[in-house]
Amino acid sequence: MDTQRLIESLTKDQVQADKFPRFDIGDTINVHARIVEGQKERIQVFQGVLLSRKGSGINEMITVRRIVDNIGVERTWPLNSPLIAKIEVVRRADARRAKLYYLRDRVGKSRRLRDRRRGMKHVEGQSTVQG
Amino acid sequence: MSIGLMGTKLGMTRVYDENNVSIPVTVIQVGPCVVTQLRTVEKDGYAAVQIGFGEMKARNSTIPMIGHDAKAGAEPLRHHHEFRVDEKDLSGFELGQELGVDRFDGVVYVDVVGTSKGKGFQGGMKRHGFKGQLASHGVERKHRSLGSIGGHATNRGFSGKLKKGKKMSGQMGNERVTVRSLPVIRVDAEQGLLLVKGPVPGSNKSLVQVRPAVRLNRSKGKAGD
Repeated sequence: MDTQRLIESLTKDQVQADKFPRFDIGDTINVHARIVEGQKERIQVFQGVLLSRKGSGINEMITVRRIVDNIGVERTWPLNSPLIAKIEVVRRADARRAKLYYLRDRVGKSRRLRDRRRGMKHVEGQSTVQG
Repeated sequence: MSIGLMGTKLGMTRVYDENNVSIPVTVIQVGPCVVTQLRTVEKDGYAAVQIGFGEMKARNSTIPMIGHDAKAGAEPLRHHHEFRVDEKDLSGFELGQELGVDRFDGVVYVDVVGTSKGKGFQGGMKRHGFKGQLASHGVERKHRSLGSIGGHATNRGFSGKLKKGKKMSGQMGNERVTVRSLPVIRVDAEQGLLLVKGPVPGSNKSLVQVRPAVRLNRSKGKAGD
């Protein structure tokens, strides 16, 4: 076993990426994040557009952007953090870039991404929250 | 009774602990090491255990070293290092004994010794963290220079020479570095792996020595003993 695979095998049981549904850049997703307050734990849902996925394996990070009161809010999580309880896909969209950082400069209608309506066989029939 | 062992730095990754906190860890392949010689007070004047580590083709070794390793019943080994032990502890080791990462079972903190990555000839700002000079206010062509290196007969030594050990530009890195009291996160005896928290000196695949922590930072208490 080469070094890279050996190191990956150490964290294999902590990688939870395959527990999530398939989601791609540009999709609107719900991230259910665990929030620990003292002894209590609750779930907070953060809904937004997935701007980027970077890194691989245990190190993968996701960046989600949403607009709150006309102010852009971005949150970044390690995808395999135990603090992420669940990820749901709300709406699938057609992104033609690997990173959607350009959305930060967009205002109004141009902020929207085109729906993924046709030709995307790899996600056809996969459920989303909106159906 | 605790000697160090040699190993290979494999790389870094992260693990999550029970509090869901991400811990950066370095993976070290420790051993297998072989005891190649026992230094005794009667014969050598001091007590130490010499261990060997690392595969090597016989044709790349030398005849004396092949014979030296063969005395311990081992194949030619690339690296040898002596660890001083108390005289009375010497009986716990025997020639040809294999030492693995399981010796670190129950050890809480370790020291790791390695050779840092070479950075070449570097200036004072990168090498020692000097501030450099101002960006403007009349400073010309000296923004990254050291500043004064002496004065007033070099602080009343009256020699007028530079102080010995004055921090200046020069070779940075590629030197022996010890990082002390790293917490042990996991010991994987099956694969011979040791996971320690945080970075260790050197590039991946480089040779490192691991030993139970010699002295602990006060904040970490005596937990490593």
